[in-house]
Amino acid sequence: MNYFIELFFSGLTRGAIYALIALGYTMVYGIIGLINFAHGEIYMIGAFTSFVVASVLSIYGFPLIAIVIMTGFAAAVWAGAYGYTIEKLAYKPLRHAPRLSPLISAIGMSILLQNYVLLAQTSDFLPFPKLIPDFPFMERYADVLGSSDLVILLTTTAVMILLTFLIKYTRIGKAMRATAQDTTMAMLVGINVNRIISITFVIGSALAAIGGLLIASHIGQINFYIGFIAGIKAFTAAVLGGIGSIPGAVLGSLVLGLTESFATGYVSSDYEDVFAFSLLVLILIFKPSGLLGKAVIKKV
Amino acid sequence: MLKLQNVQAGYGNILAIKDVSLEVERGEIVTLIGANGSGKSTLLMAISGIIPCRKGRILFGDREMQGLEPDRIVKMGICQVPEGRHIFPELSVRENLDMGAFLRTDKNGIKEDMDYVYSLFPILAERRNQDGGTLSGGEQQMLALSRALMARPVLLLLDEPSMGLAPLVIKQIFEIIKKINSEYKTTVFLVEQNAHQALHIADRGYVLENGRIALSGSAAGLLENPEVQKAYLGI
Repeated sequence: MNYFIELFFSGLTRGAIYALIALGYTMVYGIIGLINFAHGEIYMIGAFTSFVVASVLSIYGFPLIAIVIMTGFAAAVWAGAYGYTIEKLAYKPLRHAPRLSPLISAIGMSILLQNYVLLAQTSDFLPFPKLIPDFPFMERYADVLGSSDLVILLTTTAVMILLTFLIKYTRIGKAMRATAQDTTMAMLVGINVNRIISITFVIGSALAAIGGLLIASHIGQINFYIGFIAGIKAFTAAVLGGIGSIPGAVLGSLVLGLTESFATGYVSSDYEDVFAFSLLVLILIFKPSGLLGKAVIKKV
Repeated sequence: MLKLQNVQAGYGNILAIKDVSLEVERGEIVTLIGANGSGKSTLLMAISGIIPCRKGRILFGDREMQGLEPDRIVKMGICQVPEGRHIFPELSVRENLDMGAFLRTDKNGIKEDMDYVYSLFPILAERRNQDGGTLSGGEQQMLALSRALMARPVLLLLDEPSMGLAPLVIKQIFEIIKKINSEYKTTVFLVEQNAHQALHIADRGYVLENGRIALSGSAAGLLENPEVQKAYLGI
């Protein structure tokens, strides 16, 4: 039974990280209908930024809690700046181009960012400092739930609540929903749609960077390639839940995380990806719009 | 107030508006009638800055508007109710109205105007927490009109408000347009296929044919005009 609970929590933790990345995919898709394939790279850049900032801060001897908060903040801001710039450089000029063009631009951006980090940093795995200590009060539960899992779950929950509040009740959030639902009309009521798109990229990127920080500290190492697989998984989760739907992205992520965790635990870790992507194929066959997605009815 | 001088606009290779000059004075209701595909909606989209004005000038007061971003144009007081209503389907009625007031910051004024549109259309007050997409066509048109009013427009651009509605609802909508015009001195530029209704509430009218103004004059004059009667009024 303990084993089951352990797998359950490790699945939730995975799912939480996927969710932080998947939200960026789904929000951007919701607003401009683009799969931002460079999004996984933002997560990787978030992890690298965290690495640099955390290393520097620990040299200066800041307390751990301060390091974590400042690192998270710096990574979110820096990744947000990347997201903003990527949109302006690679997608905005193609706003009215055929749909395939920005998609290819996104793939190009992804390759560019990977190789940039490869050249600027290293191709080796870098050891990531352990930012989340083992809390004494968690010792009793250590065999089912680690301290960093707990922090990941709590942080993600807090971020989700904040995001939900932002989207549901604030002026910007309503404008984001309005833009996603009807861009022309959003312009006609005076919403600066370009600004909303930028904000969406910045928020999505900041979330991914927080995911990058959390998982890097959890696993303990990073390299330039981590964004690829994480990005693909989170994208899978977003599609699973119904791309464009925010609750869908969270649900899809949790389902994917749990599936992988149980598959790893009860079958074999070699089959982790097989299960993940089989699940995707099954969902796409039986419910092409995803778990919470709406079937798109195209008017002709 | 609004002045179009030799405006040319279109989508892609299609030049729907070839050469249009017209004028709307403060406080007037001016209608633009024309058949399907004559370029009416394209013209409104060009005025609102959604599509570029390729040639000519669009003046609001004495300011040139062509090339301005749509949000700047709304800020100047020009609001459009587009064809097909374009309600935000998954925002509630209330949130749709909030979006209409997006650029305003005067909380009290917004509250007042919301009460006002609820008094114009009590059904909207009843359905305030319902998603916009669940409303009937007539209710959606009421909401679209109310949403535009929430911006306290100086100039209201209406694109086929009668489209797809029952005669009784059309009558109600046109009465409200007339009422807004007389009570709030809101200038109205009304684009319609339903020439009969439009000419009855308008002061003046223009007839658009193939992207050009074919006729213009007082609404009463156009109603009497044999060409208009034959082509648009079915007499």
